[in-house]
Amino acid sequence: MESQGLHFYYGAFQALKDINLVIKARQITALIGPSGCGKSTFLRTLNRLNDLIPHTRVQGTVRLEGEDIYQPGMDVVSLRQRVGMVFQRPNPFPKSIFENVAFGPRVLGVHSKVEIEEKVEQSLKAAALWPEVSDLLHKDALGLALGQQQRLCIARVLAVEPEVILMDEPCSALDPLATLKIEELMQELKKNYTIVIVTHNMQQAARASDWTGFFLLGELLEYGVTGDIFTRPKDSRTENYITGRYG
Amino acid sequence: MSHAKTPNVVEMRKRIALNKTRDYIFWVIGLLSTLIGFVLLFTMIIDLFIDGFPRLSGQFLLSYPSRFPEKAGILSAWVGTTLVMIVTAATAVPLGIGAGIYLEEYRRKNWLTHLIEINMNNLAGVPSIIYGLLALGVFVYFLKFGESILTGGLTLGLLILPMVVIATRESIRAIPNSIREASYALGATKWQTIKDHILPYSSGGILTGMIIGLSRAIGETAPIITVGALTFIAFLPSSPITPEFPFLSFKWLLDPFTVMPIQMFNWISRPQKGFHVNAAAAGVILLFMTLLMNAFAIYMRYKFRKRIKW
Repeated sequence: MESQGLHFYYGAFQALKDINLVIKARQITALIGPSGCGKSTFLRTLNRLNDLIPHTRVQGTVRLEGEDIYQPGMDVVSLRQRVGMVFQRPNPFPKSIFENVAFGPRVLGVHSKVEIEEKVEQSLKAAALWPEVSDLLHKDALGLALGQQQRLCIARVLAVEPEVILMDEPCSALDPLATLKIEELMQELKKNYTIVIVTHNMQQAARASDWTGFFLLGELLEYGVTGDIFTRPKDSRTENYITGRYG
Repeated sequence: MSHAKTPNVVEMRKRIALNKTRDYIFWVIGLLSTLIGFVLLFTMIIDLFIDGFPRLSGQFLLSYPSRFPEKAGILSAWVGTTLVMIVTAATAVPLGIGAGIYLEEYRRKNWLTHLIEINMNNLAGVPSIIYGLLALGVFVYFLKFGESILTGGLTLGLLILPMVVIATRESIRAIPNSIREASYALGATKWQTIKDHILPYSSGGILTGMIIGLSRAIGETAPIITVGALTFIAFLPSSPITPEFPFLSFKWLLDPFTVMPIQMFNWISRPQKGFHVNAAAAGVILLFMTLLMNAFAIYMRYKFRKRIKW
């Protein structure tokens, strides 16, 4: 997935300026930067979720396997199925755990009960949640702990078999232990999925990602292999930020 | 603590005492206001029951109106009310929910939809007699539905439509945006999101709005008189179930009718004491019908799902 000359506007405010970024397949790309720098906005341009916000405008291209997702006639619904998203606050549907995961496959037109059950089990296993909930499948999802809810949201995304998974600060509402679980899960998922994660947590970006992009005031200042960004940043502003002297 | 601050403490204590007194006064005012409303309502209901209760009997429920108070009954009135309410619910509920969903989830914000929105909010406050006049012109004269159950039901449906719309919108708006985003991000279409999430999660609020609307409609008199409901009906509308194929008939829709409040109004305006007792008894039944409707709504809400806390 890649963006080329991407500009984004909320009304008259330009939130993203000329973003050129190539996201490597089956790798974890972390986007860091101070609040309001545009990293979440960028993430949401990748599955066109910003389309839901009125008075926004996009310029430039975002390609998914070579295809411009902003071209006229693009099927946004199938795009969002290919590019899944996990949100900052766990947002399970107020339904049972089973129904939360089953929703995606049903939307895609799977109706066979056996197939859906299989899919739910498989997805919950892939999200490392199965052992904890296998006996509670028909209990309300909102009764789970926040960390479990977030893994349920990941299972929900996995159930629609996306190619890319976008994560918007997925651990900011979680305690360190739950955070660790999600990070371990990401390493597991990376074998099959491309992951883009927005995070405020420097250590998280440093230990969990392969690539890191630093955003500042709507611009992508620096992008490279995570080890390089954190040990040999080229831009002094990047260095200031990751060492805690900025923002 | 230094000496210089002592006067301030005294001052402060005085202030706090004053604030406490004010708090107490407001508590008394609030309690009195609540009690006055409650006591008045309670007295009214008790009074109605004392007057009307002895008159309640099978005969009263199963008789047509009569010149003699002791022979008169409310059969045509409660059947009429029930049928009119069915028509009202069948029109106001789907239209109201549909409009509510459109305004919250689909509409583009422009001056036209903005105008519709302002109108919709104001319609809830339009006096019911105005709806009666409108219905007389549109349903009775223009569409030639006559002075029928259909006309009565549509009139009341129109009357409560804004309430259903507003209740639908309020409960849809209470659903956090994160739920919509979650659904869209999984590749759901707008309709799938509405059908599987928006509607189920807002059903409690929608049901409440619907019942508040129907409870208002069941007691309306003015618009129903305006569209020409009769006060003396000594027959029932045609049966909706027929012995021959297709076993269902909608002829009743075009039959003349009366409703409970009109029957009561008619009896109250008679000089004989016996009719006043009848009116009170009919009032008890009307209250009972309203309560029944509310109980049904509470049951449905419980069945749909327990209250969701976001």
